[in-house]
Amino acid sequence: MTGNIFLVILITSLATFLSRFLGVVSSENIKETSKIFRWFNCLAYSTLAALIARIVIFPSGLLSEIDYLVRLIVIILSIGLFFITKKNLVYPTIFSAIILTLFSSYL
Amino acid sequence: MIDSKYFLKGFASIKGVGSPAIALGASFIAIGALLKNIGFTIQESLFSTFLTYALPGSLVMAESLIIGSSLINIFIAVWLVNARLYPMTVSLMPLLMHHKQPKWKYYLSCHFIAVSSWLIMKDNYEPIKKEARIDFWIGIGTATWSVAIFSTFIGYIASDFLNRDMLIGLAIINPIYFTCMMVGAMKTIKISLSIILGAILGPAFYFISPEWCILFGGFVAGTIAFFIGEINDR
Repeated sequence: MTGNIFLVILITSLATFLSRFLGVVSSENIKETSKIFRWFNCLAYSTLAALIARIVIFPSGLLSEIDYLVRLIVIILSIGLFFITKKNLVYPTIFSAIILTLFSSYL
Repeated sequence: MIDSKYFLKGFASIKGVGSPAIALGASFIAIGALLKNIGFTIQESLFSTFLTYALPGSLVMAESLIIGSSLINIFIAVWLVNARLYPMTVSLMPLLMHHKQPKWKYYLSCHFIAVSSWLIMKDNYEPIKKEARIDFWIGIGTATWSVAIFSTFIGYIASDFLNRDMLIGLAIINPIYFTCMMVGAMKTIKISLSIILGAILGPAFYFISPEWCILFGGFVAGTIAFFIGEINDR
C-alpha cells in the first residue's frame, strides 16, 4: 500500500466517522419523544434530500456527461415505475441503469 | 453479547423485494471500478470501503485525489459531504438506546450509518422491542456493509469489462434508489415537507456555495418543515 493513498483513506474515514461519533455523543442526552429529536429527524431527511438532489442536478464524474433533461426524465420515469410496481425498489433501479446505458451508447 | 435472533433478523433485511442489496451493490461496483481506474490496489479499494462506508464521501475522495488536493482539503471536503451523517445519527440512536445495552455497541455500530441502512432501520424499528433494537440494527449494518465491501471487490476485478456507458448506467442507480426510498418514506407532513424542501433548497444553495449547499439547504429546509409540522400537529 502506498503511504499517500493509505493516508488519504485514513483521512477520509476519519472525516466520515467524526459526524457519526458526534451523533452518538449527542444522542445520549436526547429522548425520542423530545422536540429536538423531531427537529433532527426533519434535518436528517432534508439534508439527505438536498444531497440526492445535488448529485442529480449538479453531478460530478460520469453522470455529468449526461444532459440534465435526460437525467430528469429517467428519474421521473423511475419514480413512476416505483409506484406502478407497488413500491418495489429493484425494478426502477435496474430500469434506470439500462435506460441510461442505452442512452449513453446510442444517442 | 449480541442477541443472534435479532441480529439475523436485521441481517435478513437485505433479502426480498425491497432489498437494498442490488442498488447498494451496483453503486459500490462503480466505486470499485473507479478506484482501480485512479490507481488504487485491490487492498486499498477494499480498505477504503471497509473504513469509510459512505458513497458520496468515497466519490469526493476519488475526485480530490484526481485533482491532487491536499490532505486538509480532502478532510474538509469529505466532512462537508458526509456531515449529513450527524443529524442521521441523532435521529436514529435515541430510538435504539437502552440502559441494559453496553455503550460500545452504539459507538461501534454508528459506523454502519449510511443512507440504505438508516432508511431500512427507520422503516422497520417499531415492531422490535427497544432492548433488542441495537442488535437488530447491527444485523442490518453488517449486511449492508458486507454487500458494499463485496461489491467493491467485484467492481475492482470487473472494471476491465465495464465500458464507459455501463459505468454511467451504474452511476445513476444510487440516486434513483435513494430517490425512490425517500419518496416511499413520505408518510407524514413533516417528513414530506423536509424531503421536498430539501430537494429544492439543496440545489438552490449551490449557487451561493457549492461546498456548503447540502448543509445550508438541509438545515433551512428541515427547520421550516419542523415548524410547519409542529403547528400542524397541534
